[in-house]
Amino acid sequence: MLNHAAETQPVRPSAGWWRDPLLWAAMALFSLLLALPHSAPLFHALFPSIQRPMYVQEPFAQLLWQHCKLVGISSGIAVLVGSAAGVYVTRRVGREFESIVQALASMGQTFPPVAVLAIAVPVVGFGELPALIALALYGTLPVLQSTIVGLQSVPISVSQSADGMGMSSWQRLRQVEMPLALPVWLAGVRASVIINIGTAAIASTVGAKTLGSPIIVGLSGFNTAYVLQGALLVAMLAIVVDLAFERLAKAVAWTA
Amino acid sequence: MIEFVNISKSYDGINAVDRLNLTIARGEFLVVIGSSGSGKSTLLKMINRMEDHDTGKILLNGEEIYKFKVRQLRLRMGYAIQSVGLFPHWTVERNIATVPQMLGWSDQKIKQRVTELLQLFQLDPEQYRNRYPHQLSGGQQQRIGVARALAADPQVLLMDEPFGALDPATRSALQLEMKRVHQVSGKTIVLVTHDIDEALLLATKIVLLDQGRIVQVGSPLELLAAPINDFVIEFVGRSDRGIKLLSLKSAQTLARDQTAVPGPSLPCDTTLREIVSFMAVHGVAQVNVVDGAGKHAGVVHAADIFAQRV
Repeated sequence: MLNHAAETQPVRPSAGWWRDPLLWAAMALFSLLLALPHSAPLFHALFPSIQRPMYVQEPFAQLLWQHCKLVGISSGIAVLVGSAAGVYVTRRVGREFESIVQALASMGQTFPPVAVLAIAVPVVGFGELPALIALALYGTLPVLQSTIVGLQSVPISVSQSADGMGMSSWQRLRQVEMPLALPVWLAGVRASVIINIGTAAIASTVGAKTLGSPIIVGLSGFNTAYVLQGALLVAMLAIVVDLAFERLAKAVAWTA
Repeated sequence: MIEFVNISKSYDGINAVDRLNLTIARGEFLVVIGSSGSGKSTLLKMINRMEDHDTGKILLNGEEIYKFKVRQLRLRMGYAIQSVGLFPHWTVERNIATVPQMLGWSDQKIKQRVTELLQLFQLDPEQYRNRYPHQLSGGQQQRIGVARALAADPQVLLMDEPFGALDPATRSALQLEMKRVHQVSGKTIVLVTHDIDEALLLATKIVLLDQGRIVQVGSPLELLAAPINDFVIEFVGRSDRGIKLLSLKSAQTLARDQTAVPGPSLPCDTTLREIVSFMAVHGVAQVNVVDGAGKHAGVVHAADIFAQRV
């Protein structure tokens, strides 16, 4: 009989908390938020030709909160709709819709996000609503695709075993297919959220108050300092969220 | 225990199984054999309704299987397949516990059952319980697959080419284990294979299928000694049918009661096939056999082997 020696996973010495990139990124974002309102002298020095180099129309903290809220709600909708549709078209009842849904999804992703925003405005007017609709629609696609790919990557032998042992289709989905599809699905959610963080900045063109507001105002008024302030915050937010997803991905991975 | 009454099933107008009648008795190790496309896998899958038959009746303990809910039927039958299909995100223990958990067994009872099954397949429970499938060799995975199928003590164990993907050494080790498990548990087992040696080794009854129809049903000895037509002879192996026959009998049956001759001794449960092979290698015509305790139990003569009529 084959007797494998116990494959012990090498225990990695727990890295000190000070070496955690997520912590550093989050602290950088937080200190940026605290320091920016007090950094007028710095921006005066950096951009001597600009008379008012500090964006003061809204507090940065409020912009960040609204940005996060917009991304959170739109991504939440995207995840719900995308996952549900992905599960549906991989079931026996919805299988015939799979190709059309796949086609729609890949076609949708060839649209630039700005175009989606531009289409939403004439339909619902300016403000947060068109931004929310555009972001939710655009964010659905990666989630939908990763749900389908994840569920389809479950080996046939595994789902056949589940059936053969008497699992109901709900038990098979819940206990076998969903956990196995989880890492792929999460990668799609991560892509969707990160895209939405960037796109939400553009959404201030249609009247939503976000971290994109300083960028848009700065661009139209030739105020590079505004652009820099908005861009720094959006970039840091994207990095923090991405690192958080990376952490999550490691936690749900079932393969060694 | 399981009865096929005039069962037919066709795919796109082609008969996969054609008006088939078959009775599987309780405790039988039935091996269904045939070349690819003979309908053997379909036959197996109809028992737990992974495939539905078109016409005819399949009876389980005298009751039509359509009377049972599909899930209830499957929970009562173990099912093991060639590609094993262990759930990769679950430990060995959780995998084996799949059906018991669906049946609502207590944690205590499940844990105990997992221990029993791992011991049955000669895997150290404490060492293997918490492993993941990817940490196991192919043979170990298949053992766990069969253990999982046996977990809830099913009335019937269905196996679809379970050892097909294993290397020869692992395969024969597992075949011997399966034979032992059958003897110990007394389960009714239906196994599908295309490997005649596997069928001859394991079966109490062999069903030879061709194009969805039964060509011959019988014990391994019957198929080898009294093949009904050329197809059967071809299938069991025209050139070495005699040799295979010898592998069904043990040395004990032919040993003459006499004092030991010079030369080595073999255990008395050695097959005649191995005895002949031994004689050919060592250039002798007589071999001593010893019983389980190592005591001299007689002498096998080459002349007796070739003089017998099976």
